[in-house]
Amino acid sequence: MTGYLADAAALARKDLIVELRTRDTVPAMLLFVVAALVVFHFALPAESSRLAASGMLWIALLFTALLALVRAFVGERDQGTLDGLVLAPCDRSAIWLGKTLSVLAFLLFAEAVALPAFALFYEDVTWELVAGVALANVGIATVGTLLGAMAAAARARELLLPLLFLPVAIPLVVGGVGATVDDDPGRYLAFLGLYDLIFAILSWASFEYVVTE
Amino acid sequence: MSTSLRNNGAALLSLSAAALLVAGLSLAIFWAPEDADQGISQKIFYVHVPVALTSYAAFFWAAWKALRLLWTGEDRYDLESYTAVHMGVIFGVLTLVTGSIWAKVSWGQWWVWSERQLTLFLILFLFYSAYFMLRYSTDPGPRRSRTSAVYALFGVALIPVSFLAIRLAEGLIHPVVFKRDGPDMEGSMFFTFCVCFLAMLALAGALYRVELSGKRIDANLRELRERLA
Amino acid sequence: MSTGEKYLWAAYLVVFGAILIYVVLITLKLGRLERELDSLVDLASKREAGDG
Repeated sequence: MTGYLADAAALARKDLIVELRTRDTVPAMLLFVVAALVVFHFALPAESSRLAASGMLWIALLFTALLALVRAFVGERDQGTLDGLVLAPCDRSAIWLGKTLSVLAFLLFAEAVALPAFALFYEDVTWELVAGVALANVGIATVGTLLGAMAAAARARELLLPLLFLPVAIPLVVGGVGATVDDDPGRYLAFLGLYDLIFAILSWASFEYVVTE
Repeated sequence: MSTSLRNNGAALLSLSAAALLVAGLSLAIFWAPEDADQGISQKIFYVHVPVALTSYAAFFWAAWKALRLLWTGEDRYDLESYTAVHMGVIFGVLTLVTGSIWAKVSWGQWWVWSERQLTLFLILFLFYSAYFMLRYSTDPGPRRSRTSAVYALFGVALIPVSFLAIRLAEGLIHPVVFKRDGPDMEGSMFFTFCVCFLAMLALAGALYRVELSGKRIDANLRELRERLA
Repeated sequence: MSTGEKYLWAAYLVVFGAILIYVVLITLKLGRLERELDSLVDLASKREAGDG
């Protein structure tokens, strides 16, 4: 068991160190999410509700997450190291866990900038919003990593991943926006938890099948 | 299963589909009573709901075949799962079109977000359309078969989750303005519905067999060409 | 014909039309498969002639 977690942690650490050196992904995500929030100001009509502003935030978060997910397997694919990882004597799903953890980290970095920006431009950031974002992150990272691995084997992967990801992300948007604006956020947060549970287990269990030749 | 049994089975299915379709539609048009509130347009129900349920059945069939593929590794399940998804999408599009027609005649709009089933089908349509994109952009082989299978399984997991999401979203997006009479049906309506439902299932089954046959022949011919050339 | 009836017919015809389109597509596919099979039979007989 500890070997499994150690493997996953090692993989996540590797991804973060690479990102620290190359700074390919996170700066772009930060810039993108702030730019998106600014664009949305011009897209929203004059007296827009809280609902509209929150909706826009979630769209921004979703597309920023796609940036991270598209980049998640690029390193391995370009250097052909995914096959090496797969052949390594670790449980394949540990690869999934490691990737998920690093994607989660990238998302947290982006949100550390996005949420304050949102508070500055639009609305106060409530604890419900933060909770919703945290729960949605898990869903995005777990499912997104699996779908990213699927797309990595295909041509036109940058186009394919958003197509695969967006339908599955719809429930996350519902949960997130609901938790932010509704009077009873508990229902929506519970729903996000349920989504995370179901899809995390599914993604963990099926990663091996997607990644082996 | 011997070839002759397989052939007879497929023919029998097509025959049943034809008979059931004629029976079902005749019942719907001539025998079933007219709805008190909605009038004759309520009878769209007899194609719309069976087509929707058949679409779900096709997706579940695809997921079952996908599971078998991942479990046994036998490649024939890949074609079967793929064909089932194809059936599901075809019937799904028909669900959206007939549902849209029904919405237009009931409420004057071609689309209403408050129709939960329609919204669910829209999400599923997006999801399973991406399935085809996935297949077309991946090179054929065991990896594509397994990836498609995993995706098909995600699809059926998505069905209940999306339905829950849509219910939750109603509180946010729209007040539920448009409502239709629930499933309180008279016996004759229910019987007609059942016949139509079985008819659509049989039709889907027959088309599935035909398409699967075509795909298998295609694959065999390709292999033959490689061997001869 | 009332509006209700028109829409009812439209819905039923859409399903009917879809089935017919499917028949057309299958017919085209069958034609393609038949041509492919003919060409393969040709190939096989040439092979046979070459060996024999």
